[in-house]
Amino acid sequence: MSAGQNLLRLSGLTKTFPVPDGGNRTIIDVPEFSLGAGETVALRGESGSGKTTFLNLIAGILSPDSGSIWVGDGDMAALGEHRRDRLRASKIGYIFQTFNLLQGYTCLENVLLGMAFGGRADEARARALLERVGLSHRLGHFPRQLSTGQQQRVAVARALAKRPSLVLADEPTGNLDRANAREALRLIRETCAESGAALLLVSHDPDVLGLFQDVRDFSRMNLALKEAGP
Amino acid sequence: MTITLIVRRSLRQHAFSTAITALSIALAGGLLMSVWVVKDQSQKTFTQVNTGFDAVLGARGSKLQLVLNAIFDLEASPGNLPESDYEYIKRHPAVKRAIPIAVGDNLRGYRIVGTIPELFTDVEYTPGRHFALSAGRLFDPAAKEAVIGSFAARRLGLSVGDTFHPFHGLVYDVKSQHADTYVVTGILAPSNTPADKVVWIPIHGLQTMSGHDPRAATDVSAVLVQLRSPSAGFMLDLMYNKQGNRLTFAYPIGAIMAELFQKIGWFDKVLALVAYLVALVSAAGVLVAIYNSMASRRRDIAILRALGAGRLFLSGAIVLEATAIGAIGMVAGFAAYAAIVSAVSAIIRDQTGVLIEAFAYNPVMLWAPLGMIGLCALSGLLPAMKAYRTDVAENLAPVS
Repeated sequence: MSAGQNLLRLSGLTKTFPVPDGGNRTIIDVPEFSLGAGETVALRGESGSGKTTFLNLIAGILSPDSGSIWVGDGDMAALGEHRRDRLRASKIGYIFQTFNLLQGYTCLENVLLGMAFGGRADEARARALLERVGLSHRLGHFPRQLSTGQQQRVAVARALAKRPSLVLADEPTGNLDRANAREALRLIRETCAESGAALLLVSHDPDVLGLFQDVRDFSRMNLALKEAGP
Repeated sequence: MTITLIVRRSLRQHAFSTAITALSIALAGGLLMSVWVVKDQSQKTFTQVNTGFDAVLGARGSKLQLVLNAIFDLEASPGNLPESDYEYIKRHPAVKRAIPIAVGDNLRGYRIVGTIPELFTDVEYTPGRHFALSAGRLFDPAAKEAVIGSFAARRLGLSVGDTFHPFHGLVYDVKSQHADTYVVTGILAPSNTPADKVVWIPIHGLQTMSGHDPRAATDVSAVLVQLRSPSAGFMLDLMYNKQGNRLTFAYPIGAIMAELFQKIGWFDKVLALVAYLVALVSAAGVLVAIYNSMASRRRDIAILRALGAGRLFLSGAIVLEATAIGAIGMVAGFAAYAAIVSAVSAIIRDQTGVLIEAFAYNPVMLWAPLGMIGLCALSGLLPAMKAYRTDVAENLAPVS
């Protein structure tokens, strides 16, 4: 089975988590979602709406209870953990709200690790990317030695280092001030466009969402939210 | 190379615990190698040291005591034998050479042994080597002169031309000084044998020392014997030990010393057991150090997993880190080993005059480091399992 023109196509996706009273609660129930190659989509959703879980399912960090998640030619939902790791390593770049940079590693090493598991750690490309995000003078610096905006730029470079076909961005500007947030978004969109990567960004910030043409409402997509009610 | 980068960075991030753990591995590994080498080398050296003689003839008693007293200059003499016994064995056709010794005095704790100059001129203490003088000349057998072993000379601060008064007995007692005055005529060159820690004087001088029993003025404490053939040793063993009941013929010397090591074999085992336990505790230290740091590693593990690193890869990195700590520790372990065996061989040298080959190759230098490193790798398995089970989503918080 192939995902056809769509880079990402998922259907019948559900995920439940155990709750303290002993039962299970459905957090994700998304019947359909797709994203074309090189496409940019923003998902609007409030905090706690399951956006991160949704992205983690797409990235193969979590496995769904049911449904399929086609990323290119691989169904993330059907693969074993090892193959999910491989698929994620080769096709998906992930940008986190808190950047999730490795504090014990330099900027250059962080970016190198971003591509190491998906193929070859190409130092020349890592350097070029850091130069692209304006950090060529910070290669040997550790994340704690950088400003918040600079850390986010390293995270962007890391996510794009492996030339992913899909970039997932989870509230990527949540920890930035307005000026830095705009700059980060510009950078994410530009670098994705330059490398031809599709971008799926989730945010609850109207200022961020206002910058995207294709904005979808996660609360409508995720039936679990409708069932749970406001 | 990614895995080495991760291991290197992790070791640096946990530099303090890495250093402490590696240090404990170093001490454990050093101790393990030292115990083994000292045990092996002592056994090897002490069963091979015979200062050029095949057997010892002495008063009836323990063969081991006789050998320790006559060859290693340790222990008390089991008794004296008349000069006639020395003369008899000296002329025995199976005996190539017989050297009498007399003991019973000391110089500030260093044993004074009376003997004849032939010990120094005719006997090869090890094949191809005679005792040599680093200064002066041999004593005149009829004069009150002395030749000092190199180690004893250094410790006693004696040089050629110095004089001294012997003290009675094998244990130094300041009140039991003899009136006789001896002149140092020579210093022996180091031979790494018990002779180095002995004050050598003419046998007649010791036999007739003021205060000694004049009735025993011709007795000797033991006779050091070189045989013409090994079969002669068994013949004399039969003659003195089985058919006779007055004297003891200690032969072969190496086998008698090997018996000593068999008798104290339990002590070796206790030492080895302690060393093994220390090694085990140190490896457990690696486990504890890494395991305790797992809480702070979870986030890094989750991030690396999100970047595409597999569970097995990261678990392998933890095991490799534990292995690296073991390897670093064992490199330092060789320094600890060098320090320990240097100290121990100095003590053995001090006590016996025998220099063990502390730095000669021993298989323990291969298997102990490999064993320790392997043990450390094993101790990394439990933290590695914890890394394997790390929940990625949970540790990538916050969740939106």
